[in-house]
Amino acid sequence: MTDSPQNDVIVTKDVPLQAIEALQDKEPSKPPRSRGKDVWDQFRKHKGAMFGLGFLTFITLAVLIGPWIYQVDPQKIDIRNKDFRPIYVALWDSGAKTGWLKPFGSDQLGRDQLAQMIAGGRASMAVGWAAMILSLVIGTAVGVAAGFFKRLDGFLMRTTDLFLSLPILPLVLLAVTLFRQPLRANFGPEGGMFILIVTMIAITSWMPTARIVRGDILAIKEREFILAARSIGTTPLKIIRRHLLPNVLSPIMVSAALGLATAIITESALSFLGVGFPSDFPTWGKMLADAVVRMEEFPERVLLPGIAISVTVLSVNYVGDGLRDALDPRIRGR
Amino acid sequence: MLSFAMRRLVLTIPTLLFISFVIFMLLQLAPGDPMANVPLTVPDEVKQKMREALGLGEPPLVQYWKWLVQMFWVEPQVFIDWLFGTNMTEGVQRVISWQSRSPVMDIIIQRIPQTLWVVGTAYVVAILIALPVGIYSAYRQYSVFDQAGTFVTMIGFSIPPFFTGPLLIVIFSVQLGWFPSIYDTTLRVTDWASFKVQLGQMIMPVLVLALQITAQLSRYMRASTLDNLNQDYVRTARAKGLSEAIVVNVHVVRNSMIPVVTVIALGIPAIFGGAIITENVFKVNGIGQLLITALSANDLPMVMTLTFIFAVLIVLFNLIADVLYGLLDPRIRYD
Repeated sequence: MTDSPQNDVIVTKDVPLQAIEALQDKEPSKPPRSRGKDVWDQFRKHKGAMFGLGFLTFITLAVLIGPWIYQVDPQKIDIRNKDFRPIYVALWDSGAKTGWLKPFGSDQLGRDQLAQMIAGGRASMAVGWAAMILSLVIGTAVGVAAGFFKRLDGFLMRTTDLFLSLPILPLVLLAVTLFRQPLRANFGPEGGMFILIVTMIAITSWMPTARIVRGDILAIKEREFILAARSIGTTPLKIIRRHLLPNVLSPIMVSAALGLATAIITESALSFLGVGFPSDFPTWGKMLADAVVRMEEFPERVLLPGIAISVTVLSVNYVGDGLRDALDPRIRGR
Repeated sequence: MLSFAMRRLVLTIPTLLFISFVIFMLLQLAPGDPMANVPLTVPDEVKQKMREALGLGEPPLVQYWKWLVQMFWVEPQVFIDWLFGTNMTEGVQRVISWQSRSPVMDIIIQRIPQTLWVVGTAYVVAILIALPVGIYSAYRQYSVFDQAGTFVTMIGFSIPPFFTGPLLIVIFSVQLGWFPSIYDTTLRVTDWASFKVQLGQMIMPVLVLALQITAQLSRYMRASTLDNLNQDYVRTARAKGLSEAIVVNVHVVRNSMIPVVTVIALGIPAIFGGAIITENVFKVNGIGQLLITALSANDLPMVMTLTFIFAVLIVLFNLIADVLYGLLDPRIRYD
């Protein structure tokens, strides 16, 4: 209906030309700016967020292509070359047992620490990303369903409240300890544990996303463009896909960043408490836990994985902070 | 307000029942046999009888009902007995730990003071640090102090307690030798010297726990103060000639505290979860460590009861937060 030709504007010859000059804009003086570019420009102003994005890219690339560049088997036991210190120790202690053969040193079984760090990072990042994506999918689905379909709202939100009052860490610990054996039998020691940890983290962390998405959907679905879409006979599913989801993308992205950080920390905490991956499978949390016993002699074995976890989580948090600023139209452009 | 509080209180009962049911069924699904540690030479019939003695022969729903009765009917009576010296519960079956064969609640009551002591001190310390930091960073927004505060809170968010714990141990116990790395719970504070020892061993666990809460709380306090500093009533207060100290400390802080108080209440259950890791690092024998040992020993009644206690804490403090919000802010109306 809005497409009907606007031929009802009648311009008589007596009206001076100046009055309608404003209506005769030739072309925009600047090329149009897309929303994506606006967001990126604002994001770039946030120094912490740029650092975070840079480090996150670096660590992701390192764990993805690292094993091809540094081709040492992280599991290989090399007992003759055990207890190497990292190469930088030679700077202040020339008598230390170091060597370019093992840049980050080796542990009490002679396993190469750099290769272990790369493999451990791979596990931690994989768990973090998978759990974050799964929890986003659950949270968005619940939030959209509760916000859009009135009949489901009460039930779904009560369920969300119930899940919010579950004790998360004890429950995850419980489930991981109890269901370790059957899943290991079915999917292999690493695969089973991966599925279990990812599912448990996702099941216990989707609630904030669901609440935020529901709130936004409730506000957006009363707007005129949804009414317009309805009036031309768009089906509810298509309205959700084409009109609602793109509009709630920004809160989802912010909670994605927070979710990734929590997932990485939870996985490392589980590994640290000794209920995570099997003992010969390195993750940052487990490397840290194994090294605590001998940290007086080899502090770097605690420091390196600990710093890796902390800096990764720190950069994810900064990226989330930057995204929140960049996606908020009230802050953007200031 | 009272009717709202009552309604919320009544609603907690089905919530808690549901949570306990979920935990119970999760434990039922779990593989693992409490007789796994009994020597293989014990014949199967005897093992079966031992299982029945532990109450494992019954269907799950009956077991769940018995747990409910023991938890909500017998245990309060035990408490009354202990309080007034009566003996209502002589010979009544209580929730028994498979590990030590003594009542679960007795063990938990022994462990709770250590956890409460460490966790409570950490919370108080965190609040005392976080609130002034948050207020001052909001008052001097974008100053050096604010930037530094933002950076430190980001770090507090990001460094997990299982890293800060060992880090502090390396620095203060190993290198400097100031504090012990293991928390001694048998220590009795009787005089000044033992008080100093107690203080020394509490500093590190409290610091680790407090760092995380401080980070969170000071962020909230800063955001809330910033919101209030731009309000009209602040301009009015300044316009009528009040000193900055009174404007900020009386007018702004009181209003900014409203959302922060609820955040403080909501954070209490989370810190008990965090205490699981901290207790493990510093070897505090509180309920967090009890949960870990019970899990690895497959002591299901203990795990069930402990997880339920964590759930009760969360539901209770959610309720307290809601009620406090209504009490502190007269603009909020629940109908």
